[in-house]
Amino acid sequence: MAQIAFTINGQPKSLELDPATRLLWVIRDTLGLTGTKYSCGMSLCGSCTVHKDGEAIRSCTTPVSAVAGSEITTIEGLSADLSHPLQRAWIEEEVSQCGYCQPGQIMIAAALLAKKRRPSDRDIDTTMSRALCRCGTYQRIRRAIHRAAREV
Amino acid sequence: MTAKTTISRGDFLKVSTAAGTGLALAFHLPLLDKLTAAQALDGFEPNVWVSIDTSGTVAITMHRSELGQKVWTTLPMILAEELEADWSRVQVKQGHFNPAYGGQSTGGSASVRTSYDKLRRAGATAREMLITAAAQTWDVDRSSCRAENGAVIHDPTNRKLSYGELVETAARLPVPEEVSLKDPKDFKIIGKSMKSLNAASMVDGSALFGTDFKLPGMLTAVVFRCPVFGGKVASYDDSGARAVPGVRHVTQISSGVAVVADDTWSALQGREALKVTWDEGPNASLSSEDISRTLADAAQSEGTAQREEGDAQAALDGAAKKLDAVYEVPYLDHATMEPLNCTARMGNGSCEIWVSTQNPGEAHEAAMEITGLSAEAIKVHTLLSGGGFGRRLADDFVRDAVEVAKVLDVPVKVIRTRDENIQHGLYRPASYHHIQGGLDRKGQPVAWIHHVSGPADSSFSVSADSPNYGIDMAYAIPNVYVDMTTSDIPVPTGPWRSVANTQIAFVNESFIDELAHAAGKDPYEFRRTLIKEAHPRLLGVLDLAAEKAGWGKRRRGRYQGIAVHGCFRSYAALVAEVSVNRRGEIKVHKMVCAIDCGTVINPDGVKSQVEGGIVLALTAALHGAITLKNGRVQQSNFHNYKLLTMREMPVVEAHILPSNEPPTGVGEPPVPPTPPALTNAIFAATGKRIRRLPVDTGELKRG
Ligand code: FES
Ligand code: FES
Repeated sequence: MAQIAFTINGQPKSLELDPATRLLWVIRDTLGLTGTKYSCGMSLCGSCTVHKDGEAIRSCTTPVSAVAGSEITTIEGLSADLSHPLQRAWIEEEVSQCGYCQPGQIMIAAALLAKKRRPSDRDIDTTMSRALCRCGTYQRIRRAIHRAAREV
Repeated sequence: MTAKTTISRGDFLKVSTAAGTGLALAFHLPLLDKLTAAQALDGFEPNVWVSIDTSGTVAITMHRSELGQKVWTTLPMILAEELEADWSRVQVKQGHFNPAYGGQSTGGSASVRTSYDKLRRAGATAREMLITAAAQTWDVDRSSCRAENGAVIHDPTNRKLSYGELVETAARLPVPEEVSLKDPKDFKIIGKSMKSLNAASMVDGSALFGTDFKLPGMLTAVVFRCPVFGGKVASYDDSGARAVPGVRHVTQISSGVAVVADDTWSALQGREALKVTWDEGPNASLSSEDISRTLADAAQSEGTAQREEGDAQAALDGAAKKLDAVYEVPYLDHATMEPLNCTARMGNGSCEIWVSTQNPGEAHEAAMEITGLSAEAIKVHTLLSGGGFGRRLADDFVRDAVEVAKVLDVPVKVIRTRDENIQHGLYRPASYHHIQGGLDRKGQPVAWIHHVSGPADSSFSVSADSPNYGIDMAYAIPNVYVDMTTSDIPVPTGPWRSVANTQIAFVNESFIDELAHAAGKDPYEFRRTLIKEAHPRLLGVLDLAAEKAGWGKRRRGRYQGIAVHGCFRSYAALVAEVSVNRRGEIKVHKMVCAIDCGTVINPDGVKSQVEGGIVLALTAALHGAITLKNGRVQQSNFHNYKLLTMREMPVVEAHILPSNEPPTGVGEPPVPPTPPALTNAIFAATGKRIRRLPVDTGELKRG
């Protein structure tokens, strides 16, 4: 057990837990933020993606000790009111089918957009190929990222 | 122009007049095409409710499960159309399972198909009552009033009352026995692409899936399962597991040993520390090679005839040109992104279940069997599903949770890890096909003989009379013989998006392509001339796909393949455009789909289902195989059970054939023709006929 402090969606937290606990389960089970999803647990699908100091990371394989002192953002913290351009674009393009992978997709795309204001199809292919969607929404994800890029 | 329709007894419309609740109508949607005798006799059992409160909000409570197929938007659209509702005021809620409603399974692309008329009548009934309420309020003739956008309007006096203002009066009126349905040309919602009612919840993390559900005091469990199908626990040592902080219980259930903990991480750690000795049973040496051999051997013996026209053997013997081929497809997992899971609570003689399911009725029955409780003592709540594709029609994951809950006095959620999902699936059956065809001197097919060999499984049927299983032989060939043999193979199987159509369409649409090439004819023209007159809609989609894809006008280095199939009373044709490089690597550039699914409620919804169906089917054709060795599934996660990625995503075009026929299936029909369109294109590109899935790119290497 160890005391680990970090900030999540702007709120400071200090938790007493097994430092090996994967960040995903801390976010979901301990902090009750269920927007971040579990699907593969092996850094293969992207469903569990959150931002650590602005970088997209896979929370399912990240021990909570690795985020001590960091600022974590989850899908719940992306915007308070659906105002993030990606959220708006996702709604506009009717991207979601079952929706399960979408928080992860959006968090990966948000980190991409933060770095590259006008990502090319190639940038999108490279970055978004790390996020799986079984429902097959890729074409719309691509469109939505371009739409959001035009709006920022 | 409107059509009068009588509210039949089958609608079972009822109005709730409880004061202060606004107008609440309850009605019954048949969940199967026909009401069962029991449902008809039992009298009124509502399973859909529409209520309009005094603020004008329209709440529709649905019985169908939302899995990504957008029924929570499409079904309310139908009702809202006739209701003349203001779409921005429509909300949807998940209805909970009540055993009295009969099955509530969501499958067979059936939701819209079986609900369309009823939902329209329900919406029209509410609208008529609101119009009557307004006419009475104003003391005018009701024929001078009309409904629009959530209000009743009296044009002669320019007066208007919102639905919210009318509901209290309307609720006191009798339910009309006859209502008028709108002329489809006046539709304002049906046929328009509406925004999904739950779209916002999908992008801010607020959508609550089964895995997200939580109850106070709830524990989380994972199960250690025997890696061999049919194996059992011989003994286990839980001392290590119990020593893990947070682990509360270790208990044996039918499917293995469950580790119950305060949270998921502790449960996973506990499972790591658990030692189980398995009695692997009789299947411990089973391999994919054995299964292939069993199916191939079975194909040699006489099967049960499924279709017999003319004398196929004689015609084949006398044919000028003969073709003989073997096709084979593997087991496939559903791989829903949300792992299977279920939450259950037992106590005080009752059992409550919260689950992402396509089939709450099945969950309810399983719970009755396990707990021995009465039907009334069990409650099933359906939660949002992160994909289903047929997997969530089963109840194995519900059983896990109920069995664990039985020995606890607190609620428990049982969640499966990805490897469990992949290794303990209910797979799309593997199958083996021996197929022969004969052409006459002019290149006309005269004989077609197809021996289908597969595992014994109810979801694997090529019966000619089931419309769900599609048109197994759409081409006018005078002598046809199709038979089927089944073998007992100890691999669990189940329905997978579009069921046996996946195997049959791959084989039929590949082999018809082989015949076309053998006859020296264009594969599209060849199909055109052979499609039976009885299938004009099949021809319609074939032509539309060819036209939109620019069939024959291909670009340098790119090759096309075409395929067409009908199932779930809908029709879909696909044109694939691919290139294959010297290393055998395939690039799928474009997939053009034409679909005829009758009246379209939500065109964008249809398109997204087409996109999804194509991706699922391409994934299967390019990557999908569940294989066995030593009785164990060899795949465990997305590194060896690969899903299509963004990089591999082709441009998908979905073209809808305009139609006034009743709405039919959308979720499944685009799936079956996709793999053969792809492999036919690969043949055009390389001259290599793919008869085994997934495509082995090693075989496509040149030079
Ligand atoms: S759950 Fe973390 S990458 Fe899949
Ligand atoms: S929307 Fe269902 S997995 Fe992506």
